[in-house]
Amino acid sequence: MSTITRVDPAVPAGSTGPLEHRRPLGDRAFQILALGAGLLVLVILVLIAVTTSQQAAPWFSAEGWKIFTYNWNPAANQFGALAFIFGTALTALIAIVIAVPLSLGIALLLTEVVPYRWARPIVYVVDLLAVVPSVVWGLWGILVFAPWLQHIYTDIASGVSGIPVLDALFGQPVSGASFFTAGLILAVMITPIVTSLSREVIATVPTIDKEGAYALGATRWEMITGAVWPHSQGGVVGAVLLGLGRAMGETIAAALVIGSSPTITSHLFAPGYNMPAVIANQFGEASGTFRAALMGLGVLLFIFTIIINVIARGIVERNARRKRGA
Amino acid sequence: MEQPEQETVTNLQRPETATQEVPLPEPAGLRRPELQQDITPGEHVFETDKISIYYDSFRAVTDVSLTVYQNEITAFIGPSGCGKTTVLRTLNRMNDLVPGARVEGDVRYRGAALYGPGVSAIAVRRRIGMVFQKPNPFPKSIYDNVAYGPRINGIHKKHELDEIVERSLRRAALWDEVKDRLSKSGLGLSGGQAQRLCIARTLAVEPDVVLMDEPCSALDPIATGRIEDLMHEIKSRYTIVIVTHNMQQATRVSDRTAFYSVLRDEKSDTRTGVLVEYGRTQQIFEDPQDSRTQAYVTGRMG
Amino acid sequence: MAAVTAETRQPDLGEPKGWRRTKNRVMTALMIIAFVLVLIPLGFVLFTVIAKGASVISWQFLTGSPIPPIVLPADVGGMWPAVLGTIEITALATVMAVPLGILGAIYLNEYGGRNWLAALIGFMSDVMTGVPSVVMGLFIFSIWVLHFGFSGLAGAFALACLMLPIVIRSSYEMLRLVPDSLREGSYALGATKARVTATVVLPAAIGGIVSGALLAVARAAGETAPLLFTILTVTTANPNVFSGANTSLPSQIFSNANQPYPGAQDRGWGAALTLIAICFILMIVARLVTARFSRYSR
Repeated sequence: MSTITRVDPAVPAGSTGPLEHRRPLGDRAFQILALGAGLLVLVILVLIAVTTSQQAAPWFSAEGWKIFTYNWNPAANQFGALAFIFGTALTALIAIVIAVPLSLGIALLLTEVVPYRWARPIVYVVDLLAVVPSVVWGLWGILVFAPWLQHIYTDIASGVSGIPVLDALFGQPVSGASFFTAGLILAVMITPIVTSLSREVIATVPTIDKEGAYALGATRWEMITGAVWPHSQGGVVGAVLLGLGRAMGETIAAALVIGSSPTITSHLFAPGYNMPAVIANQFGEASGTFRAALMGLGVLLFIFTIIINVIARGIVERNARRKRGA
Repeated sequence: MEQPEQETVTNLQRPETATQEVPLPEPAGLRRPELQQDITPGEHVFETDKISIYYDSFRAVTDVSLTVYQNEITAFIGPSGCGKTTVLRTLNRMNDLVPGARVEGDVRYRGAALYGPGVSAIAVRRRIGMVFQKPNPFPKSIYDNVAYGPRINGIHKKHELDEIVERSLRRAALWDEVKDRLSKSGLGLSGGQAQRLCIARTLAVEPDVVLMDEPCSALDPIATGRIEDLMHEIKSRYTIVIVTHNMQQATRVSDRTAFYSVLRDEKSDTRTGVLVEYGRTQQIFEDPQDSRTQAYVTGRMG
Repeated sequence: MAAVTAETRQPDLGEPKGWRRTKNRVMTALMIIAFVLVLIPLGFVLFTVIAKGASVISWQFLTGSPIPPIVLPADVGGMWPAVLGTIEITALATVMAVPLGILGAIYLNEYGGRNWLAALIGFMSDVMTGVPSVVMGLFIFSIWVLHFGFSGLAGAFALACLMLPIVIRSSYEMLRLVPDSLREGSYALGATKARVTATVVLPAAIGGIVSGALLAVARAAGETAPLLFTILTVTTANPNVFSGANTSLPSQIFSNANQPYPGAQDRGWGAALTLIAICFILMIVARLVTARFSRYSR
């Protein structure tokens, strides 16, 4: 009578018995190691929140809700941080307003206009922008770009002086290192990521929809507005939000060119400050409540960027899932 | 003498042809019980003279000479890979969108060289519309889908657009089903409805010719039947060329049939499409002249 | 059938009139302008860094020590402490982040499947790429520096936190591209999952993984903010990365950028050129690796 020996494929050859069910130790350990590495991500995020909040606690308890007031005076132990929150929002906004049309234009150029062979080199060039380190943008910004911009700002300011709305935005005081300069450099720095994500989104538009528009006698731009845009607007919003998050958190370039002056003003060319910049610039000499305040700004920055990134990734995910599944 | 269309919209007139007003057809579609005995060929709409179509250096189709006649339905049939869709797309210059594609030989549309200098592909496509294999409504409302073509041609007044949308949807036999939900998304329609929406969208720009690339292959038999009825209804206003892999469909709807086959080049292991036989549908199916045609039509019917 | 009367006029197939063609052309021109506008600052920066930095770079600049006070001109001393610091801190961060990142990607792709934990980890890993680098620096400051002091190790921790999600994402994409048929062939021979992963899947994806890791290293080498709070910029070389304050090229650039003295600024440009050269070399090597060794990424 023959017996059929059953072999468990998960058990390596040479182990003790054909019906051995226990998985070898190495396999189990590897899985646990991999799981641990994955969990590390969650652990780190939680730890960031916990430890920085702990360090920032003295600031929260000293100021309470007054942290949101426009009252920053370390010498007098006053740490109302509204100016920095304003500055972060303003520079990020300027960056987005400049970067989004540029990035969308380049993304459309790459997907709809340029023959395939030229797409690769153009993408390389745009990626080069991302390889330049933040501190080099800052160095160039403060030593070369800002002085050059100062002349331009001064000219613009004298041109609009007296005109109601324009003067409030572009009039004196002006400085090479200012909100607007920081916004400009941030725009250049976030363009690669917004372009690359927008490109991914636009590339998922089904060719047959584009052909449908062309078959009706549409020009290329009409095809883009009719067939491409309705499909990709959700994903592009996600890409823009991600760029916004990046612009808010970008530290060193902003720290060098923003002007280091906590102000809330409508004048875009005036020197200003934002959250990451003040942390970078002042942490070295800070102690006590001052240091706790800077920590607290870090906590706020963390919360803002996490929220924006969660929303943005959620939108991008949902868009991708809809294309794959639906 | 040209009789202009009795519509208020003037810049979508088709100057090339005019028909007497045909009353909107009754809902019960026509089924063709027998093949028509005689068709007097009318105006030449398309003439191709030994054309070949290349993708870079690869010859995809060779030696195609045929004439498409006005107000007829012409079917392209043949095994897969024989180039019938490639030839179809050449007729409205959709192959321009494929990098490396080019046509050698003369393609004439109503006497004008389709690939001549100074010819705009956009103007061509407004006159020669196309319906695709898989229905592709835009992610917009039903109204906006149909209005897209007129809008890009400069028609923005609401009452004009309303008229065009209703007329096109009626001609595509879809009006009654969607007239109460024109603002709903075009993506929410069933396959057959979506395809009729695409047809309505194509008709909205008042083309001269409608090209159809296997329009029923993604649809169930009932939806297919409705589209075939539709083709008969609109035939009197338009010229239709349809690619189909379904021979029964060709016998049901078409006046003339072109049978394509594949030439295999042993040396380079490439396949090139070629037009084998072209004639009235009845003759192609009942009395094919070429042995390849006979093999194809009898093999599938048997 | 209705009678057909026909005109035999040749159809007008010219370009669409007026505004449609113009609008199309204008929009295409705007797209091209967008690309050019983005090229300008890139060219400007590279040109300036190369022009100003080239005259400062020399063998002595790269290997001399210590870093002189800011008032002295650039030909005194050198940047060796910073170069050493960048190399050792980035290397340490890489050694920590890359294996963990690859393991994390292995979990997501090979073990996690569709369960909720893997989805959460994948999602939060992407979110983590958006955490500002300054926050990473503050984090390591709070959790390590306050207890164990400034050191290159602390800086490496901060950089590793920055690199980890990047390596996870890029490795995950590479692992995903490896076809299942490869895995099945190995299972069919009786291998365990760990063995399959280590001996078949990883080698197949290694080109893309290495390339992604190199790009993460380039990113880490250029980061300043995490180091501000963890290494406490000094001017003498510190080969011991595990204890004592340290310095790096980005830190030096940052501290020199705000100085009015030409010597300091020159050193800043020289360090910037060195740093950009390092980042570019890493990027080029990454692309070469992709082109030569990555079988499945295209």
